[in-house]
Amino acid sequence: MDFDLSEEQRLLKDSVDRLMADRYGFENRQRYAKEPEGWSRDLWSAYAELGLLALPFDEAHGGFGGGPVETMTIMEAFGRSLTLEPYLATVILGGGLLKQGGSEEQKATYLPQIASGDLRLAFGHTERQSRYDLFHVGTSAQRDGGSFILNGQKSVVLHGDSADKILVTARVAGSRRDRDGIGLFLVDANAPGVSRRGYPTQDGQRAAEVTLESVRVDSGNVIGNPEGALPVVEKVTDIAIAALAAEAIGAMDEMLKLTVDYLKTRKQFNTTIGSFQVLQHRSSEMFIALEQGRSMAMFAAMMAQEQNPEERRKAISAAKVQIGRSGRFVGQQAVQLHGGVGMTMEYKVGHLFKRVTMIDTLFGDADHHLSNLAEAGGLMAA
Amino acid sequence: MDLRFTDEELAFRDEVREFFRTALPDSIRRKMIEGHHPSKDDLVTWSRILNTKGWAVPHWPVEWGGTGWSPVKQYIFRDELQQAPAPEPLAFGVSMVGPVIYTFGNEDQKRRFLPRIANLDDWWCQGFSEPGAGSDLASLKTTAKRDGEYYIVNGQKTWTTLAQHADWIFCLVRTDSTVKKQEGISFLLIDMKTSGITVRPIQTIDGGHEVNEVFFDDVRVPVENLVGQENKGWDYAKFLLGNERVGIARIGISKARLKRVRELASLERIGDVPLIDIPRFREKLAAVEVELKALEMTQLRVVAAESRREKGKPDPASSILKIKGSEIQQATTELLMEVVGPFAMPYHPEEEGRNEPTDGPDWASTAAPTYFNWRKISIYGGSNEIQKNIIAKAILGF
Repeated sequence: MDFDLSEEQRLLKDSVDRLMADRYGFENRQRYAKEPEGWSRDLWSAYAELGLLALPFDEAHGGFGGGPVETMTIMEAFGRSLTLEPYLATVILGGGLLKQGGSEEQKATYLPQIASGDLRLAFGHTERQSRYDLFHVGTSAQRDGGSFILNGQKSVVLHGDSADKILVTARVAGSRRDRDGIGLFLVDANAPGVSRRGYPTQDGQRAAEVTLESVRVDSGNVIGNPEGALPVVEKVTDIAIAALAAEAIGAMDEMLKLTVDYLKTRKQFNTTIGSFQVLQHRSSEMFIALEQGRSMAMFAAMMAQEQNPEERRKAISAAKVQIGRSGRFVGQQAVQLHGGVGMTMEYKVGHLFKRVTMIDTLFGDADHHLSNLAEAGGLMAA
Repeated sequence: MDLRFTDEELAFRDEVREFFRTALPDSIRRKMIEGHHPSKDDLVTWSRILNTKGWAVPHWPVEWGGTGWSPVKQYIFRDELQQAPAPEPLAFGVSMVGPVIYTFGNEDQKRRFLPRIANLDDWWCQGFSEPGAGSDLASLKTTAKRDGEYYIVNGQKTWTTLAQHADWIFCLVRTDSTVKKQEGISFLLIDMKTSGITVRPIQTIDGGHEVNEVFFDDVRVPVENLVGQENKGWDYAKFLLGNERVGIARIGISKARLKRVRELASLERIGDVPLIDIPRFREKLAAVEVELKALEMTQLRVVAAESRREKGKPDPASSILKIKGSEIQQATTELLMEVVGPFAMPYHPEEEGRNEPTDGPDWASTAAPTYFNWRKISIYGGSNEIQKNIIAKAILGF
């Protein structure tokens, strides 16, 4: 048992922290949000130079062979600084799906392009009535010789507006909520029949509605078994949840820090309001929620690598429950304890609050995962 | 970072688990599972089994019977003991006064008391709280006045757990009332057979008798029973309370109780549907499991950091363990009572040797009393509100 970072992990953490300190102050962040794609191309290049975009991939594919702990380290720093770049969409989700499900040829083709910063990806899975169920796939994929014809619509595709290629789930066989019969397809964002409508999300990031009308995908862009992609999709989204948990921890940690600093400086009734016990206790409760969340983010990082999918899914669900609940408490209280300042667009804390709120809705909120966990028999077998 | 136990730690866990499976008398295990209090004899029996094995005081220095286990192994031991579920060795001896004696006591005191604590030859109780000194413990008023080779002790202690069985009591007493309140307190060991001591029971809301008032009326205590220096008792008390918080999360107990909840909720039926299949109930149960898993990871973080910390300086993060540990234990008792449903109602005072059948299923009778009794754990050991003060000051820097 060892909770410490290795020497290499510490170096990684230091370099990401330094990059964030130098270039991702809150004012910069708000400026990057106004760039055409809603994030900074310069920072994307900086991530590539630091090797962050190559991190989880094998060395054979231009990567560094990093695991969930390395990802956690980066994501926590990103959460603290509220980064906007499509790291989750491209590296964790898109890259993850290719790494876990792709053929050797596909990996050799695409992963080095991700690593160099030249290829951006997105993952479309949500549909109008799917809510958080990854197996709910109404988008169809009809066989046509060796290729497939895709029809359907994917909603809230993270960074789908700026992606070069979009991975989508589509149904090859079975009915809308069957676990079998789901394929994963790599679609060129500019292919005939693909239309995208991009928009900003509540937390200042970007997403898109993606419509597929008779989009032809040739066999070379089918990822894995065209009727059995769900296990890979679930595995990669579990890894993504672990990454988001770490991002949420970074954001919560920053909120607590900002709040405690504020309480120590803001004066009312001729004293700093941090001298009031009611506010001290609230801060202590935020600290507890944060640390319980941090513990579960670590647990998620460990269990994202678990070989047994049932155990992995239960553990990840448990972590998402805790992160959702901790995030809601810490976020709401951070705004509350800042008073009116916490309500303003120009102050960072509200943006952190919005980010953790939206993280709860990504890949299943606390209720969704609690329900799944309970149905699967809970964390502790009787 | 590798949060898994090593192969060696896993092998150790198996060894410990096997020992608890075979060495714990069935009658005691039964009582523990069903939520009854182990008797004094049960605890003595069990402590001596542990002591014979050399595991009565694993966290003590090796020369006084400790095992030299790493903090992780000690955690595993405690966790397995609680999950067995086996009674925990009497905390007032092995976790409280024992460490104070081997850290601050003199050689005579160590030789005289430590082996008897480890073997539960002496039953210790804790004389800290007073009617006027609860959370504000340092305002205690029980006095000890020097008279030749004796202290003369006068005053009253309260909430003294299991004093009815006690051979000895360790007390905080005021030896100087002219200085700042924390600086006039001493740590005194008092033989309960000394004349002038009266123990009066306090019945708690569950109907049980765990706590007592202890009165001291001109009690003569030899000065050799002073631990450390006169008027330094507050430092020793803080040390003791910090140690108390480390083990206080009782994750293994909550694990065992959640397992019990899940078992009983599979047996309890609403019509033909097992309670465990009702989504509302099973989600409540799962939510507590999530909190407990988070706390277990937090506890392991504290344990892993322990080896790097200055000795005798408890991690302020252990306040999290106290707060969440007590909240989760309380939540498990609520769940158990909900499982029992209407059969939580009948009240059977717990009496030694009582063997009339209970009304309702035989697991039901302890559910409500345990729930009521367990409200104590967010109060004792520094109430949860005091723990929040500690976090605010020691961690957040208010």
